[in-house]
Amino acid sequence: MPNQSGGSVRALGAALPRSLVVFLLLLSSFVITSSEPSHAIPAFARKYGLPCSACHIGWPILNVFGQQFRDNGYQLGNDRDSPIYQNPAYWPITFRVTPQWHLENQTKVAIDQTGAEQSVTTTGFDLSGLDIWTAGTLYKNISFSVLPSMGEGDTFHFENAWVRFDNLFKTPWMNVKVGKFELDMLLSEKRFLTLSNVGGAWVNYHFLPQGDINGFGGIGDNQLGVELSGHSKNSYARYSIAMLSSVDGNPGLTSQGVPGTARTYDVFANVNEGFQVRGLGVQRVGLFGYFGQSPTYFLTSGGTPVEAQGNKSFSRVGAYGWWFFKNLDVETLYMHGQDNVFLGNGVAANDPASLPAGAVGPTWNGGFVEAHYAVNPQFIFTGRYELVHMSRQANAALQATPNLGNVDSFTIGYRWYPIMFSRGGLAFHNEYAQAKTGNTSLLTGSDQTSRSLMIGFDFDY
Amino acid sequence: MNSRSKQPRIILALVAILALPVFGQEAKVGNLAGHAAEGKKLYRRYCVGCHGPLGDGNGENAPWIDPKPRDFVGATFKCRSTPTGTLPTDQDLYNAITRGFYNSNMPHWDALPDQNRADLVAYIKTFSPRWKAEKPGEPINVPSEPPVTIQSINHGAELFQKMECWKCHGQQGRGDGPSAATLTDSKDQPIRPYDFSSATDDSRFKCGVTNQDLYKVFMTGLDGTPMPSFADVIQPNDAWDLVHFLRTLQTHRKSKENEVLKSAGGKVSAPAADKTSGSGD
Repeated sequence: MPNQSGGSVRALGAALPRSLVVFLLLLSSFVITSSEPSHAIPAFARKYGLPCSACHIGWPILNVFGQQFRDNGYQLGNDRDSPIYQNPAYWPITFRVTPQWHLENQTKVAIDQTGAEQSVTTTGFDLSGLDIWTAGTLYKNISFSVLPSMGEGDTFHFENAWVRFDNLFKTPWMNVKVGKFELDMLLSEKRFLTLSNVGGAWVNYHFLPQGDINGFGGIGDNQLGVELSGHSKNSYARYSIAMLSSVDGNPGLTSQGVPGTARTYDVFANVNEGFQVRGLGVQRVGLFGYFGQSPTYFLTSGGTPVEAQGNKSFSRVGAYGWWFFKNLDVETLYMHGQDNVFLGNGVAANDPASLPAGAVGPTWNGGFVEAHYAVNPQFIFTGRYELVHMSRQANAALQATPNLGNVDSFTIGYRWYPIMFSRGGLAFHNEYAQAKTGNTSLLTGSDQTSRSLMIGFDFDY
Repeated sequence: MNSRSKQPRIILALVAILALPVFGQEAKVGNLAGHAAEGKKLYRRYCVGCHGPLGDGNGENAPWIDPKPRDFVGATFKCRSTPTGTLPTDQDLYNAITRGFYNSNMPHWDALPDQNRADLVAYIKTFSPRWKAEKPGEPINVPSEPPVTIQSINHGAELFQKMECWKCHGQQGRGDGPSAATLTDSKDQPIRPYDFSSATDDSRFKCGVTNQDLYKVFMTGLDGTPMPSFADVIQPNDAWDLVHFLRTLQTHRKSKENEVLKSAGGKVSAPAADKTSGSGD
């Protein structure tokens, strides 16, 4: 059969004039290399009439214009910002869901039936759950966002819900946001391209050492609090500082999953600067730090926790750069983490005698390099290498296995957006991710490897 | 054999000719050179939704936009430093992209790198054959601004009456003159005269916020709109007097002109208005 079909092509080629063959080749290459104009994602595109590619390198990563739009409180800075200018039929709502097929594999899993470790694999069709996102302006310079989100078989929760007062005192350097919101990380986990179980989060943003009882889920989680932020007119220079409840974004004054017990506050700060390099684009560099507290035990009443106690400190600090080389951009991040000795060893602060020998606060370093290459606004490749390595384990016993909990991972993938209209968008998403965790297998203390392969359709409307 | 060997060259020549409209067009903005080939990619990313793939202002979202997106094929531009009827300079187009237009859907694109905006200028110029047949006009000379005096303001008020500015803009500059409701642009779309009283700052000015920018509007006109050029009618000093008077119509704006007017009693002394004018009283 291959010979036959090959022969058919050759026969066809012989039958056609050579000039026509050349013309057809040129025509097909033109069609392949010419992208259709991309159009808008629903919520804001309908409002402003801009194509989605105006704000996104490849949806959902923001470009310089999109970053400026976001920093302005979802405003373009003209008189179309206030909802009074919109047709009454306009609703700023976007739905997003990702039907998919995926494969998950993990090595060195302890199996009860055999009493040994083996690789386990699951595969099948699945759903991502559903986001119902509404955002925009309530009035000129009063912005909002509400994002109820539901996982498959889950109940709704608020991924974010906030109101923001923009351009206070008529300056872009003063904006105040209150509610549950994404931390102002320029390299945003909420707007990156990867979706799989292994690749769908930056490890650095969520990492905790083995045995650590810190209730903080990471700077990748949306948090509850108040944020003061500001930026230059073109949003090249930016800052933010936020005071946050020590609840990892959980409502109900929750602390470590226990309702009604939180009573401390965390601080997050971020500052970054952008500068133009002619012919390449706007390069950005920044610094960030998260300084928080987490309880180590609870006061109880009738056995029910009523107040978090023994709060101990932790910190995450780092630096990042976002480098542009025309259609190629590279994100780089370095982060250092540190938890208090009681958090790191899982010991209540009122029981220091229980600290194991050689107990110290665990520390670690991590970083990633992530690249995106936008062939055109409708086709983008992505690849990432990320690591987190412990620099100090929490006690003498753990220090015997210095690689315990270390993570090395990589992700590759691409997204093709065949449809991007102002009323809806569809992306074909293909991704492979792999992460190796040091010495974590239960029986042999070997490294474990997790793998995800995902093929899906990410669509919103 | 001869004809066969010529085929690749013919095809290459055809491709080169087809590519010329895009790759041949350049722009010069300061020390930046804009390239149309790069601009095309940026246009498809940022501009196509409103201005359309052909640059004729018929993008996907154009039907829902008011005022309508600029038609680059016609190459008629409001904000220029060049005389009426002429093409704008590359710098004029660059400034318009950077500044945006507050009372339209056109945002300010100052977040884009300078090079991107220069490339966009180069590509925009590929849509109209005018850019091949004509050169941009020479930027008009803007003489130094004379001091703001009550005499200057009063003379400006006199010119405002004499040149019948009030017929469109209204006696109080609120855009409610007797002709205001009938005005259309060159595409037969309704257009409203500028309302000087509408903002406490200058953000609503289409072509720039300085007194020099206002001066240029008188002397170049806003092509494609009923706002004519007065370059042949008034002298430069008259134009400056008019600028000074118009600033006093921005009653909520802090300005040198309003300070001078206030210290002179708060009222201009100009001929009485035509009774048919929409005074906005």
